[in-house]
Amino acid sequence: MSKEEYLKDITEIKDMMNKSSRFFSLSGLSGILAGIYAIIGAAIAYYLVSTSGRDYLLLNGKIFRFILIDLVVVALLSIISAVILSTRKASRNNETLWNSASRRLLVAFLTPLVTGGIYIIIKITSHHYGLTGSLMLIFYGLALINASKYTIGNVRYLGYAEIVLGLICAIFPGYGFWFWVAGFGVMHIIYGSLIYLNHDR
Amino acid sequence: MSSIINNINKAFDHRIRLGIMSILMVNEYADFKMLKELLGATDGNLASHTKALEKEEYIKVEKSFIGRKPNTRYNATKKGREAFKKHVEAIEKLLKQ
Repeated sequence: MSKEEYLKDITEIKDMMNKSSRFFSLSGLSGILAGIYAIIGAAIAYYLVSTSGRDYLLLNGKIFRFILIDLVVVALLSIISAVILSTRKASRNNETLWNSASRRLLVAFLTPLVTGGIYIIIKITSHHYGLTGSLMLIFYGLALINASKYTIGNVRYLGYAEIVLGLICAIFPGYGFWFWVAGFGVMHIIYGSLIYLNHDR
Repeated sequence: MSSIINNINKAFDHRIRLGIMSILMVNEYADFKMLKELLGATDGNLASHTKALEKEEYIKVEKSFIGRKPNTRYNATKKGREAFKKHVEAIEKLLKQ
């Protein structure tokens, strides 16, 4: 066998190892959209609180309920965009959305995320909500790092960025809102654009 | 030089077999359907290559039922992993020359 053929073999080995263990069709565009939804959602929440006449939130108040709905809508829109755009990207890559790599990706992502979500809900119901923004950022960052070994590599750096923001946020609890906007809005737009430029086209 | 050639393994001298081993090196196991999709092989073609690797005791086959559907899954044996590693190292050495 010639050198070229051996080189082809090595390429084939690497390709199969990657394809069978990583889900590459995560859409960068959906990351950008998630960032935009987060910023719009945050603007709505900011408007609601600033026109309420108080500069703090009452947990059983109407405004708090509106903000919860706002948050759920942002999350749902982000998930729907990610599923639709990743399905499209997968079919372009001749990959299926639901394969063993994407299943592992989802389990790795959801384990820290659901843990954090439940923890935050427990804290809120016992009226410890001062660090909610920080906790959301930290657990989301851990989820991204945990999932990154099953997908595109630079997702890990987004995870580190979220954790750093979350920790700084813990030092300045009064500014949780602005760190949340930076982490879920600005960071998503930056990393979504990076993935879009490097992998989507 | 001759020792390198000796480590080039004839059992992996085919795209499909090379692919099967690559997939099983990084996955705990893979079922028939997953291998078929990833390698773009036909049922018969894939079956003959898995049999060849099974005969060398490089992969192990587990047959089971998921509900009423038969499911065949494969995993790499210790012998298979070592042989594949040696094979890849030999190729890399050859390419460096």
